[in-house]
Amino acid sequence: MAEKILMKGNEAIAISAIRNGVDGYFGYPITPQSEVMETLMKERPWLSTGMVVLQAESETSSINMVYGGASTGKKVMTSSSSPGISLMCEGISYMAGAELPCVIVDCQRGGPGLGTIQPSQSDYNQVVKGGGHGDYKNIVLAPASAQDMYDFVDWGFDLAFKYRTPVVILADGIIGQMMEKVELRPQKPRRTAEQVSQDAPWATLGKTPDRERNIITSLSLEADVQERFNRKLQAKYEEISRNEVKYSTYMTEDAEYILVAFGCSSRICEAVTDILRAEGIKVGLLRPITLFPFPTEQLAELSKKVKSMMSIELNLGQMVEDVRLSCEGRCPVGFYGRQGGNIFTPEEIAEEFKKFNNLK
Amino acid sequence: MKEEIIIAGFGGQGVLSMGKILAYCAIMQDMEVTWMPSYGPEMRGGTANVCVIISDKKISSPIVTKYDTAIILNQQSLDKFESAVKPGGLLVYDPNGINNPPTRTDIKICRIDAISVAAKLGNSKVYNMAVMGAFLKVKPLVSFENIDKGLAKCIPARYSDLISLNRAAIEEGMKSVEEL
Amino acid sequence: MNLEDIKKPENIVYRKTPLLTDAIMHYCPGCSHGTVHKIIAEVIDEMGIQDKTIAISPVGCSVFAYNYIDVDWQEAAHGRAPALATATKRLNPDKYVFTYQGDGDLASIGTAEIIHACSRGENIVVIFINNGIYGMTGGQMAPTTLLGMKTATTPYGRDAKLNGFPMVIAPMIAQLDGTAFITRQAVHTAAAARKAKAAIRKAFEYSMKDIGLSFVEIVATCNSGWKMSPVEANKWMVENMFAKYPLGDIKDVLK
Repeated sequence: MAEKILMKGNEAIAISAIRNGVDGYFGYPITPQSEVMETLMKERPWLSTGMVVLQAESETSSINMVYGGASTGKKVMTSSSSPGISLMCEGISYMAGAELPCVIVDCQRGGPGLGTIQPSQSDYNQVVKGGGHGDYKNIVLAPASAQDMYDFVDWGFDLAFKYRTPVVILADGIIGQMMEKVELRPQKPRRTAEQVSQDAPWATLGKTPDRERNIITSLSLEADVQERFNRKLQAKYEEISRNEVKYSTYMTEDAEYILVAFGCSSRICEAVTDILRAEGIKVGLLRPITLFPFPTEQLAELSKKVKSMMSIELNLGQMVEDVRLSCEGRCPVGFYGRQGGNIFTPEEIAEEFKKFNNLK
Repeated sequence: MKEEIIIAGFGGQGVLSMGKILAYCAIMQDMEVTWMPSYGPEMRGGTANVCVIISDKKISSPIVTKYDTAIILNQQSLDKFESAVKPGGLLVYDPNGINNPPTRTDIKICRIDAISVAAKLGNSKVYNMAVMGAFLKVKPLVSFENIDKGLAKCIPARYSDLISLNRAAIEEGMKSVEEL
Repeated sequence: MNLEDIKKPENIVYRKTPLLTDAIMHYCPGCSHGTVHKIIAEVIDEMGIQDKTIAISPVGCSVFAYNYIDVDWQEAAHGRAPALATATKRLNPDKYVFTYQGDGDLASIGTAEIIHACSRGENIVVIFINNGIYGMTGGQMAPTTLLGMKTATTPYGRDAKLNGFPMVIAPMIAQLDGTAFITRQAVHTAAAARKAKAAIRKAFEYSMKDIGLSFVEIVATCNSGWKMSPVEANKWMVENMFAKYPLGDIKDVLK
């Protein structure tokens, strides 16, 4: 029988990193995600798998350590929470520009500024739309359980190396702090030096006579070269959009109304769906699991069939813009959100839903 | 079957670990669980609470505002959560430090003098297990076999003497609980 | 005797190291970077460690260092090279890892990164080019600009009240337990360049001894930024820069 452990989402990230043969973790403490590094330091994976774990002097430094480690073809990651992710945006932009793979966990708290340490989903725009400068995107995965936290580390690295791009696991204070049953997968070995060279022929591991020197850079001062590169990046994002969209649905088959929610909010909206169905209202839920790529086509299809959609987020209206773009005016799109660490209850959302749809 | 429980008291009373042990016992009984704490500076020396949901089906929302059971260990928590118990629900509390006892008549109210139980066993740290025992007496959600398994998951094997002590506290809590 | 007869291996008295590429350098004539690049390339060549060397270039004039030395390179964001080097070395302890940074990169925007890499005792080599000015962006004040020195952002000369004092990095990091070897060199004469090269070699060797960070500061000229001829710039450096940044070893834990 598979090992089932009760653990926090943050702990699941750490244990998953060790079990999936991650080479390095570089981070900086910040609530509500400090358990990631605490767990790694307690587990001491450098004695078992040889994984490097280091507490950096800042988030700026940790993301640049990730840049350095990724430049050598290694599976490296970091985690932080919203203000720390703001600091990391410089490094993330450079990594997108240098086409480096990595996994970044954002356990969101409220902003702007120092904001609150309580759960929030207000980094949607920052993380999904880029965050740093330039025409780039991150692949963004939105976990809704501790098990997702565990599973998305490995999935994230697969995508990061497949497309040579940063992948963000966009969690929040609820998913990070909540304990749930997590099924652990068997230990995978870290890749050997040969496997790393094979997986990443571009890596800077010392120039050997059989190849040209490898240069990891995001710089090109010639306009045409830079434009060509940006178009190549864009083509990569289009390919990702074609291949990697992931979402789940709950009771959408006969639905007349659709709720759209990601991460912890999607869990709460499942309960909302149950409440409204019990009252005879035909509601369904679409949960985007990848936020980029966004399930645009699936929402577009649904928008032809339903009376309305409503985006439910722990912010004041961010993903709703993408929902509206997907629907292109075919149906009304409403929004309900809470902020400041307040978390909506299923009953509260059900009321707001009825208000929006003029239902009694 | 779905049981939504709030456990609330002072930091240091073992609120979070009681929730964790309860959740682990439920996992051993092959049930689904969520354990959602309040977190941050308020926990340090102040009040602590954790919401534990135990269900035989997948749990959707880990956030609830009405509870089947409230396990209350100080006055502030009683003031905050008494009204949040669903009608017909259960409130278990330790009278030590409670000046204004619960007044609701539409819920079942049980009292456990867990400080005395812990004192009798000679270890103040098993206080929270006495409370958990009281709750499990009134709502036997998990079998003794799975309580043992849950304890074994939460307490390292090298402290095996603590497992038996905790088990004893649970049993004493079961004996000492008074239904009002 | 014609030219071809003379071009024989036994007659060669000087050879450009094969580790310097044939790319034409973008540096201004008289700039110190070219000389420093050459001696680094020679050290890597002479130690036979091309296949074990990972270099990290900064933002500043030497941003394109990767065009000139034939080793694997990572181009860092401004100031962050020591963070890249930290992870690169920790994940690949059998490799020689060095950063190449100017005074703006290392002593201004990247101060946190260099201090903490030193404090942690990362087994890396840091080459620090200190010419007291921002060359690439057009000659603005650097943290190491001398008092009274005119730059684009101190057009009346650096004034301590207005602009603060020059930042002196090497003795500061010498106090940190994680540093192994700290030296200050120059490349304005052949003799100085030879000493600088020996220091760089020592730093590379130390980086494999697990004794901490090795730091080679090169006090350098920026004749374009200083608005002087190369010869005048060298003279000005000797008379002014060396007074504030005197040459010589500052720390060597193996001595």
